[in-house]
Amino acid sequence: MAVLTYRDALTQALREELQRDDRVFLMGEEVAQYNGAYKVSKGLLDEFGPMRIVDTPITELGFAGIGVGAAMVGLRPIVEFMTWNFALLALDEVVNAAAKTFYMSGGQFKIPMVFRGPNGAALQLAAQHSQAWESWLAHIPGLKVLTPGTPADAKGLLKSAIRDDNPVVFLEGEMLYNTKGEVPEEEYLTPIGVAELKREGDHCSLITHGKMVLVAMRVADDLAKEGINIDVVDLRTVRPMDVEAISRSVQKTNRAVVLEEGWEICGMGSQVVDFIQRECFDDLDSPVLRVHQEDVPMPYAKNLERAAKPDAGKTVAAIKKVMYLD
Amino acid sequence: MSTETKRTPSQKAPRKDKGEPSNNGADAQQDDFGGTTPELRRELLRSMLGQRRFEEKCAEAYALGKIGGFCHLYIGQEAISTGVMSMIRPDDYVITAYRDHGQALARGISPRAIMAELFGREAGCSHGKGGSMHLFDADTNFLGGHGIVGGHVPIAAGVGFAIKYRRGNQVCICFFGEAAVNIGAFHEALNMASLWNLPVIFIIENNRYGMGTAISRSTANEDVAIRAQGYRMDGESVDGQDVFAVRKCIERAVERARKEKRPTLIEMKTYRFMGHSMSDAVSGTYRTKEELEENMKRDPILVLHNRMYEAGELTEGEMHKMDDEAKAIAQDAWDFADASPEPPLDHLYTDVYSDTTS
Repeated sequence: MAVLTYRDALTQALREELQRDDRVFLMGEEVAQYNGAYKVSKGLLDEFGPMRIVDTPITELGFAGIGVGAAMVGLRPIVEFMTWNFALLALDEVVNAAAKTFYMSGGQFKIPMVFRGPNGAALQLAAQHSQAWESWLAHIPGLKVLTPGTPADAKGLLKSAIRDDNPVVFLEGEMLYNTKGEVPEEEYLTPIGVAELKREGDHCSLITHGKMVLVAMRVADDLAKEGINIDVVDLRTVRPMDVEAISRSVQKTNRAVVLEEGWEICGMGSQVVDFIQRECFDDLDSPVLRVHQEDVPMPYAKNLERAAKPDAGKTVAAIKKVMYLD
Repeated sequence: MSTETKRTPSQKAPRKDKGEPSNNGADAQQDDFGGTTPELRRELLRSMLGQRRFEEKCAEAYALGKIGGFCHLYIGQEAISTGVMSMIRPDDYVITAYRDHGQALARGISPRAIMAELFGREAGCSHGKGGSMHLFDADTNFLGGHGIVGGHVPIAAGVGFAIKYRRGNQVCICFFGEAAVNIGAFHEALNMASLWNLPVIFIIENNRYGMGTAISRSTANEDVAIRAQGYRMDGESVDGQDVFAVRKCIERAVERARKEKRPTLIEMKTYRFMGHSMSDAVSGTYRTKEELEENMKRDPILVLHNRMYEAGELTEGEMHKMDDEAKAIAQDAWDFADASPEPPLDHLYTDVYSDTTS
């Protein structure tokens, strides 16, 4: 297997799918001449030309709607948001148009498209640029929401997203683009809606997704040194969510911690905990705990930002607590 | 509620004195039938009458609780839907806002399928999942019925983008009300449509009220067609009560879209004879009865009828017959919808996701 960055894995997925299907095109701010704000679309303009790699004005609502219209009549748009923070301006098209048209039309008009871009906090970008949106988006029937945490999943899930006939929200991570991992050389698709057990252990289940997968792996390594072995369940897709994978793990370990990047109230973790209490009520040896961003807008100062974010230390503490070790 | 007033189209209208001052400038084209044949003029009249009688039935059904939710009637604006649809091809695309019954009928969706949709039945054109505001029909490239003001304007630009992407020569017609020109989506879409040369015809149906707010209270410059200039786009303003003026203007815009691949912004000046929706008073709150009555003198059906009558190509008997046919079609749609089954309960969960991939 080749070792690739998350960024290069995404670029490969885009290139392969653009080559495979000429209905696929990429549209967004700075995706063409500038090669992408985060260089995910590097080289694609040269290879596919300006009709398929399309620079837009700064007009999120407008080009999200253009994507929906093009998808409605048979193209397969990939709309890139420079960050999901800017996509808030486009949510009417994502929620009211993309997610609902298939249903409202009684199944006549599919919307095969992908909305993608970096989600969540990077470093010291302050409150407006540091937000994780998955629970907002996962709330909406009609959308699929994908949150790959590794290069291999980024590539395999993006290819699946592009081939899916539904609107797919694809959440990347600014801090993930430079991370590396093994990626199969041959063509593969990662199935949507299937979690992956990324680490196996009997003592506790750590359920997470997206950028927090890396934190979870570090936590698993640290705890292993103390003789504590945990399951790391990477959801990979938060809608649809792989409830069976969650249940399988919790029924084995009898304890769970849910780790996410976003805020506590109505966060993804709330949903995971709800599934656990329904599916695994009799299996639990302790209450399920959650680790998430503190309930404040993201501050700028380095020390405050660090304190606001979920991290390995907070996660280790939560795991020890559910194991009654603290 | 019914528009069956003393000015029903089937009644003989007073002949206009040629010296009479023109009303909205429309009479200037009194003798210009825009190159139409008498047969086509009958078709246009039939189309407009069909919408009118259909929607009068809608009002009746709403009052009886057979139609629920929001129901926005098009009565008074039929020259626009009929005029526009008569100038485009079956492979062109149409997208519109929530006042969509007239356009759906004029585009050729069956009255039965539309009424069944309004009644919430499986045989409806959206299988009972859309209702009045969300009529869809893949067979006629009718891309909906959209409920968020201005939200579908970028979608129209996207359809135009797809036409260009495939090097097609279709056009996309996008209808919306004048109140939508103040929302961001309108500006974002017009900018890209012009920047990228997209074959979209943006039609502002200016009925002068965004719900209950008069354009003078909402819009700094009431000349809404002038907004085209801000986007280096051709813009026109026409009398939307005159089906021939509508057709001429659309002919120019369609040619511009097909040959020059350029978008157009058109203001069609019109007036809605009913309230904003069925729960809204027809007059008395935000507009006066006098204003309404003054505008109803330019009922688009009456305008066309009078001109055909004056040209001696339509007898009163023929008009009555045509009107009776329109009423019969509306009644048939009602009967069909009323007898149609509701969607099966398990359809609640279908069409949320497509299970296909490409």
